[in-house]
Amino acid sequence: MSAVEEVTSEAPAVEAVPKRAMTLGYGTSLVVLGLLIIAPMFLKNFFVFQMTMLLIYALAVLALNILTGGSGQFSLGQSAFYAVGAYTSAILMEHMGVNYALTLPIAGIICFGFGFLFGQPALRLSGIYLALATFALAVAMPQLLKLGFFEHWTGGVQGLVVTKPDAPFGLPISQDRWLYYFTLVIAIGIYVASVNLLRSRSGRAFMAIRDNEIAASAMGVDVALYKTLAFGVSAGITGVAGGLGAIAVQFVAPDGYTITLAISLFLGMVVGGVGWLPGSIVGSAFIIFVPNIAEHISKGLSGAVFGVLLFLVIFLVPHGARQVAIVAQQLIGKLKK
Amino acid sequence: MTAMLNVKDLRAYYGQVQALHGLSFSLNEGSLTTLLGANGAGKTTTLRAICNMVRSTGAIEFEGKPLSGQSTENVVRLGIAHVPQGRGTFTTMTVEENLQLGAITRNDKKGVVADIERMYEHFPVLKERHTQQAGTLSGGEQQMLAVARALMLRPRLMLLDEPSFGLAPLIVRELFNILGKINRQDKVTILVVEQNAQLALELADKAYVIETGRIVMSGSAAEIANNEDVRKSYLGY
Amino acid sequence: MELFINQVLAGIATGAIYACMALAVVMIYQAIDHLNFAQGEMAMFSTFIAWQLMQWGVPYWWAFLLTLAFSFAGGIAIERMLFKPLAKAPILTNVAGFIALFAIVNSVAGLTWDFTIKQFPTPFGSSPFLGSQLISTHQAGMIGVTVGLLILLYLFFQFTRIGLAMRAAASLPESARLVGINTSWMIALGWGMASAIGAIAGILIAPVVFLEPNMMGGVLIYGFAAAVLGGLTSPLGAVVGGFLVGVFENLAGTYIPGVGNELKLPIALALIITVLVLKPAGLFGRPIVKRV
Repeated sequence: MSAVEEVTSEAPAVEAVPKRAMTLGYGTSLVVLGLLIIAPMFLKNFFVFQMTMLLIYALAVLALNILTGGSGQFSLGQSAFYAVGAYTSAILMEHMGVNYALTLPIAGIICFGFGFLFGQPALRLSGIYLALATFALAVAMPQLLKLGFFEHWTGGVQGLVVTKPDAPFGLPISQDRWLYYFTLVIAIGIYVASVNLLRSRSGRAFMAIRDNEIAASAMGVDVALYKTLAFGVSAGITGVAGGLGAIAVQFVAPDGYTITLAISLFLGMVVGGVGWLPGSIVGSAFIIFVPNIAEHISKGLSGAVFGVLLFLVIFLVPHGARQVAIVAQQLIGKLKK
Repeated sequence: MTAMLNVKDLRAYYGQVQALHGLSFSLNEGSLTTLLGANGAGKTTTLRAICNMVRSTGAIEFEGKPLSGQSTENVVRLGIAHVPQGRGTFTTMTVEENLQLGAITRNDKKGVVADIERMYEHFPVLKERHTQQAGTLSGGEQQMLAVARALMLRPRLMLLDEPSFGLAPLIVRELFNILGKINRQDKVTILVVEQNAQLALELADKAYVIETGRIVMSGSAAEIANNEDVRKSYLGY
Repeated sequence: MELFINQVLAGIATGAIYACMALAVVMIYQAIDHLNFAQGEMAMFSTFIAWQLMQWGVPYWWAFLLTLAFSFAGGIAIERMLFKPLAKAPILTNVAGFIALFAIVNSVAGLTWDFTIKQFPTPFGSSPFLGSQLISTHQAGMIGVTVGLLILLYLFFQFTRIGLAMRAAASLPESARLVGINTSWMIALGWGMASAIGAIAGILIAPVVFLEPNMMGGVLIYGFAAAVLGGLTSPLGAVVGGFLVGVFENLAGTYIPGVGNELKLPIALALIITVLVLKPAGLFGRPIVKRV
């Protein structure tokens, strides 16, 4: 071992976000909520399905946001937690006949445990190394799901078909609309819980770790515990999103949960604004709709169009939707005067 | 005597915070000037502003050429060597490589080789350790290396930021003797920022005192050393 | 026993490619402290350029040299236009930038040369090497080129002025500027060299995996793994890491039951994570001390 050590003060993984800026004001929240409630009533079933997916991916992006924006840890492996949640729901519904709504908390708990356990070795890694480790998890997951050993439960490469639930109590709405409102209620619940979590003692501990791990531990924050907790919570929420996704798509298969999904969720977080929870839905819209738009502009060059749009976001609004929201707020403020 | 470095109305900022509030001073060619002041007075910032390492406004002229808008490396290439606080040693490289880096902008291979030998004469301890990784050197040795590295540029002006910091008194004295020699023999103009006011005033021929980003006093080193306020605040008697 | 030796040799041969990719990764990491996720795509694009030149009748080695020059210039251009403005942005923004670059390069290559696989020639031939059945002349050539490249890089960094300046800029940018080094251009130079090294990796591996826009996906992951395993701050570590990953991948595929081709990648990655958990700076890397 050489006696020489290099001292670096790294570029921050995440720029600190002022705490107040992590949420929306009440007025704006109500408008967004109103739109989310009313819009599906006037849309065709296919668009309602897309809006359901929008909410589901928003949940997954939110989960990553808690991990990265909250505690400053990278993850390129969210697709693995999403897959575990999806498979948990699918297997419980199809093999054991459990009610779809009940499978979600189970998926959440299993993923929480999985994330918490994965967080243990991840503790020793940071920055790029953690990115690589989570990346490896995401790459491995589809292969593990294909293993012959689990085939009886997972259906192997073929995957499992999931039955779409009907609206309960004989409500006169289509399956798609029912599922949308069901998802909306869960999403709002998780959003509110997440906002409160970040405002709580634990949330402050997360952010202390994000801003300066050594200082946080000097202040008495149990860094190891909170870092693994952040992984657990993030994985748990992702698992619920995965379960909802399985129900909405009516199908789970290993190749639905590749590294591409993990990268999409990551981009969703960057576009939405790291550490800004309401941005999750904007990020989710970006990863669902922009590839479609790119495809429309040019079939052969859709990847290039997507990349260029992403660069535009990075250069013009490096803080993502959060920055847009702040500018909009200032404009409205000026108009009021 | 002509002024080699002319600084007029220098203001510097860290983000929104203003650290220098309109500093003006000049250095005569061949002089050895010291900048005194308490912690946070803006001494380091002044040196960093000369090399454009902080955002600043005002006019800085070196031998008649304006420095503002120049990148740090271009300022250095004009012949201004800066020995930063903390020494800036390339710890993972050998002592000799550190010296070569000091001369990286020079094209006279032979001159560089000769200068390295000259540095080994000034600082024999560096010669003993020339193949060692610089990070394994003691603090005093690293400070010698930092000064030697700066001299390898064959600078016209040398800026030193707290060269005595963290060094044992004997080593500080040795270092200052060498600085004086460099100033007299090699005709290098020196601006040294120091906490150790007594030593700095012994060595220097001119001194400025700065407080909270402004120059509050200037004069010959002897005048300043005899000033009542300076003696109370900086010399402790 | 013969199977074992065979697998080790084959592993070293593929490891040579991983080593090249890892070298490219380390070059950029040294310069800007980021992993370039688009490194593989850039290498693929360079390989297509070489292929195109040969289609136009340019002889192999001329095409090789022209491609290196093009890749070098291209790497610099990408840095100047896209990543220099991001120098002070948070890591996440940079990662997003690399992903965007990945998408663009992949898509443009697909549109220009389509997605059908293409044969790529080898200058070394593919007969048995020195009469041995174990490795082919192309594989031996790959190993030779990689080792040669490593030696050249070593000489460059150790004994040239610009190599010294690049090392200084990478280890302490501020001090480097204070001795008059233009650190910004050193970074661009690092990109150019990384891009050219990637091109060599692409040209070497194309005869084995065939040329198509997605050919580097797996290779890059192994390249990352190798770089991280060897320590991101050490070119020598990158090369050793590359060979180790290549050998381990082959042995795991042969000897661990039920692994086969599908699970080779996850197993290799799991190994690397284990190494990292035990020795975070990698095998040859310098330990990094963080400041509060």
